[in-house]
Amino acid sequence: MAFAAFGGGGAAAATANEPVHLRGGWVAVGLLAPGLAYLLLFFLAPLVSLLMTSLQVAPEGAGKGEYVPGFEWSNYATAISTYWPHILRSFGYALTATVAALLVGYPIAYFIGVTARKWPLVQALALTLVIAPFFISFLLRTLAWKQILGDNGWIAQTLHSLGWLPSDQNIVGTDFSVIFGLTYNFIPFMVLPIYTSLERLDRRYLEAGNDLYARPSTTFWRVTLPLSLPGVVSGTLLTFIPAAGDYINASQIYLGSINTAMVGNVIDRTFLESQEYPIAAALSVLLMGIILVIVAIYVKRSGTEDLG
Amino acid sequence: MVSGGAFAEAGADLELREIHKRFPGFTAIESLDLTIPAGSFFALLGPSGCGKTTTLRLVAGLEQPTSGQILIGGKDVTNVKPYRRPVNTVFQSYALFPHMTVLENVAFGLKRRRIADPTRKAHEALELVELDHLAQRKPQQLSGGQQQRVALARAVVNRPALLLLDEPLGALDLKLRRQMQLELKNIQQEVGLTFLHVTHDQEEAMTMADTVAVMNKGEIEQMGSPEELYELPKTVFVANFLGQSNLFTGDVRGDNGDTIVVEVAGVPVAVPKARAQRHRGLVTIGVRPEKLLLHPSRPEPAAGVNVLGPGRVIDVSFTGVSTQYTVAVPGIGEVIVFAQNMVFGPVVQAGAEVWVSWRVEHGFGLADELPDDGDRFIDDTTTGGIAQQTKEELLEELEEG
Ligand SMILES: Nc1ncnc2c1ncn2[C@@H]1O[C@H](COP(=O)(O)OP(=O)(O)OP(=O)(O)O)[C@@H](O)[C@H]1O
Ligand SMILES: [Mg+2]
Repeated sequence: MAFAAFGGGGAAAATANEPVHLRGGWVAVGLLAPGLAYLLLFFLAPLVSLLMTSLQVAPEGAGKGEYVPGFEWSNYATAISTYWPHILRSFGYALTATVAALLVGYPIAYFIGVTARKWPLVQALALTLVIAPFFISFLLRTLAWKQILGDNGWIAQTLHSLGWLPSDQNIVGTDFSVIFGLTYNFIPFMVLPIYTSLERLDRRYLEAGNDLYARPSTTFWRVTLPLSLPGVVSGTLLTFIPAAGDYINASQIYLGSINTAMVGNVIDRTFLESQEYPIAAALSVLLMGIILVIVAIYVKRSGTEDLG
Repeated sequence: MVSGGAFAEAGADLELREIHKRFPGFTAIESLDLTIPAGSFFALLGPSGCGKTTTLRLVAGLEQPTSGQILIGGKDVTNVKPYRRPVNTVFQSYALFPHMTVLENVAFGLKRRRIADPTRKAHEALELVELDHLAQRKPQQLSGGQQQRVALARAVVNRPALLLLDEPLGALDLKLRRQMQLELKNIQQEVGLTFLHVTHDQEEAMTMADTVAVMNKGEIEQMGSPEELYELPKTVFVANFLGQSNLFTGDVRGDNGDTIVVEVAGVPVAVPKARAQRHRGLVTIGVRPEKLLLHPSRPEPAAGVNVLGPGRVIDVSFTGVSTQYTVAVPGIGEVIVFAQNMVFGPVVQAGAEVWVSWRVEHGFGLADELPDDGDRFIDDTTTGGIAQQTKEELLEELEEG
């Protein structure tokens, strides 16, 4: 009977193809509705509002923070010409921090995902250690680093006494400390996706590489790394995008100084202090646009669509 | 060890000395000694789980022996890294790189060794396995049999001094399989490479190999030319694993100079001494089914001929070139007879009373005995058997630790 049922089912599916398709379409719309509503409400609406703000104009004789709707495209020109060093610095910091997080994160992910396979306990422990920092607010952790790297911390003192750091220089408030903070804060976002793709890596490919005259380093570059590329792409995106918009690490309260201000800090200041809402909005739109372009080029170039 | 930039000029010989391989809680290889001369086609035959893949992995360097030595071309490579051994493997699981095209997969080894013109050579290897038209595909876009042929091309293209083939034709249909067997044999003879070929297809082993080794439970039971193994098996396992055998157990009752006489259920059966592993006590003797003749009446006693019977034909099955008769002989059990189909239809029908006879020189005497339960076609690889073995190993391990 199973045979008959199977045959009948096949025929029914073939003839009823069209209606099934349509019904499937409505089900999909129904399932998507809450998500679409959410996007409309919480993403599209603020975006439109942001775009409109960025084009607002200050009327004749208006006080601080008084703007009316308009089409003042020059806001963008002003934002770029005034703050281009901050924009450049943001992307420079984010890029450096992403590369640093990759260099630190990949070996960690490799250790957990491949080396530690033989010891499940070690694997679980190491994973926990990677996630553990999330249990403490990242503001607190960044403040803790300010203490550690600060002038009275043992690191700065040691470097001073060894003469490796001139006595009139600090660690906190420099490019280094901000990039360090960004790297530190985003390492888990780098490690976890890479770990996920390495964990699935079949050792037999490595053995095949070895069998085909590839020494371990060659096997790594030709087999392991390409196979973990999807993880590397997600990890770098999860690090680069938030790092470019970050304003905590670079702020003076945390690891930065006036000289390390990123776009995020500028937006923060122009919006809350000087109340130049259109400029702040224009900077936000610019930041978003540049990130979008960079990510699009990056994803296309790394050709992730080929990789499972 | 691996000469960069050039192919191996000739095969290398392989020698395994006293190899043991223990996995945690399981002994996969138990004291393996094996010598494969340079330029030979050596087949390793055995049931699933007997340690064939493990043996190849040891030779390739992907696994370290617990003890023992591996020599390739006279050099001790026991501690040499896999990528430095002049060896390539066709993996049982193919292990094709998923992120590379078929062509890139095949050219991989050539590029690592900086062989001139890798792309052209890779195309040639793909032509050999008739897959050149799929060179730009990814492995996951191929069928299982196509993937297997790519794996074959990827190893063969390197012309290694020693090629390890782990069931390289298992996923192919009969026609393609025969064709690939011929290609492989050609490649091997052309350059005089050494092939170590693992299979559980006994016919493949018999037709392709110069030497066949039958492996069972991590040990080599018997080794020799295909004819030798077939005509003169030395153990019950070999007698049943390579083709079929009729086996009988009985006490040695007499000695006629060149032959011993074994009493099988009251009937004297002669076996040449030279073909018997043991000459006294309880022994198991055998004869191949195609060596037996069926007689509708009791044959005249003649020198040099053994006769059993009368028995009753309980099954007749037509297999094409021959017909298989199953004859039940009281006190002895079932005897299988293959008869060439020289005439139309079976010579005798089911239910007929028959006698079977064979020439004394076709019989053989084995070194071990049939298992107690008397099942003459017992399969050593039943899950029960494996479970029992594993249990014994575990107990042993526990006692040692
Ligand atoms: N890493 C391992 N750990 C523990 N036991 C193993 C390991 N690898 C293999 N074995 C065991 O060793 C035995 C031999 O395995 P092997 O793969 O060599 O068998 P095989 O002869 O190639 O079988 P098949 O014909 O099914 O491929 C098996 O019983 C297997 O379970
Ligand atoms: Mg195997």
